[in-house]
Amino acid sequence: MGDNTLVLGQRLSEWCGHAPALEEDIAMANTALDLIGQTQLWLGLAAERKGQGHSADDLAYHRDAWDFRNLLLVEQPNRDFGVTMMRQFLFDCWHLEALKALTAHADAEISAIAQKSVKEVTYHRERSTDTVIALGDGTEQSHKKMQAALDRLWPYVGEMFTADDDDLMDVAALRPGFDAHVMASLTEATLTRPDSDFAHQGGKTGARHSEHLGHMLATMQSLPRSYPDAKW
Amino acid sequence: MSNEWPLYEVFIRGQHGLSHRHVGSLHASDAEHAIQNARDVYTRRKEGVSIWVVPAAQITASSPEDKGALFDPADDKVYRHPTFFDIPDDVGAM
Repeated sequence: MGDNTLVLGQRLSEWCGHAPALEEDIAMANTALDLIGQTQLWLGLAAERKGQGHSADDLAYHRDAWDFRNLLLVEQPNRDFGVTMMRQFLFDCWHLEALKALTAHADAEISAIAQKSVKEVTYHRERSTDTVIALGDGTEQSHKKMQAALDRLWPYVGEMFTADDDDLMDVAALRPGFDAHVMASLTEATLTRPDSDFAHQGGKTGARHSEHLGHMLATMQSLPRSYPDAKW
Repeated sequence: MSNEWPLYEVFIRGQHGLSHRHVGSLHASDAEHAIQNARDVYTRRKEGVSIWVVPAAQITASSPEDKGALFDPADDKVYRHPTFFDIPDDVGAM
């Protein structure tokens, strides 16, 4: 959970100062900050449970790509605004279902983080859904770009529901809720769900991250690795 | 034709019981989008509990040239101010 929010938060931050409209720029930065805030909670808890005196920052800045357990979807590059918003939409739809499930988790600290995050992510999903609908059902060009974004990113959807031993929840059970919201939104956006359910795998197991993650981490980690004693 | 989204004026209510106050303006594709943008631009630091957005084009404003005729006549009508009444402390802010 913490690696997903960290990697996507960092990706969204890349837009800061470059978004197509001032309002979208601030909105994306807000979402990025929400995700980084959630990262501090998840990785803080993970570091504490590991019990080796590590902090959330140690986990964020001093692990290499193969130790990251994020979904392949979130490490995909921003490309254009349409791809960024489609990636956000698909992740938000999964993220909200996952957090709702985790609010009932037996571990009180996990449940508390989920309860705090679910409010933020409810808004993320509302915003990305509206944007996907507006651009999908917009001009001929915006429709074409959003359909291309959906076609590009759909192969990264399946991994979100592929179970492995480290899962905090039954991820397969999240699919109906995800499908219901995604399909209704795509219909309204006049976008067509791709036929193929081929799914890239290997992000959340760490076995086969895409080449993009290493480049992103190099940027993100360079300062604390070059100056290990640096303080804010 | 302009490529800009239409301009909306944003009003935020800081807390329950107070009025909405004008805080600024922003661009958005429609009113719902304007609410979301206002949330992201103007309520990042817990500034509000309610947002209104109004298309800027829908606002009719008084003209600066009419300032004299509109406002100056009130200058010497001090009796219109409620300063001649004693207000009990219990009333609080008015």
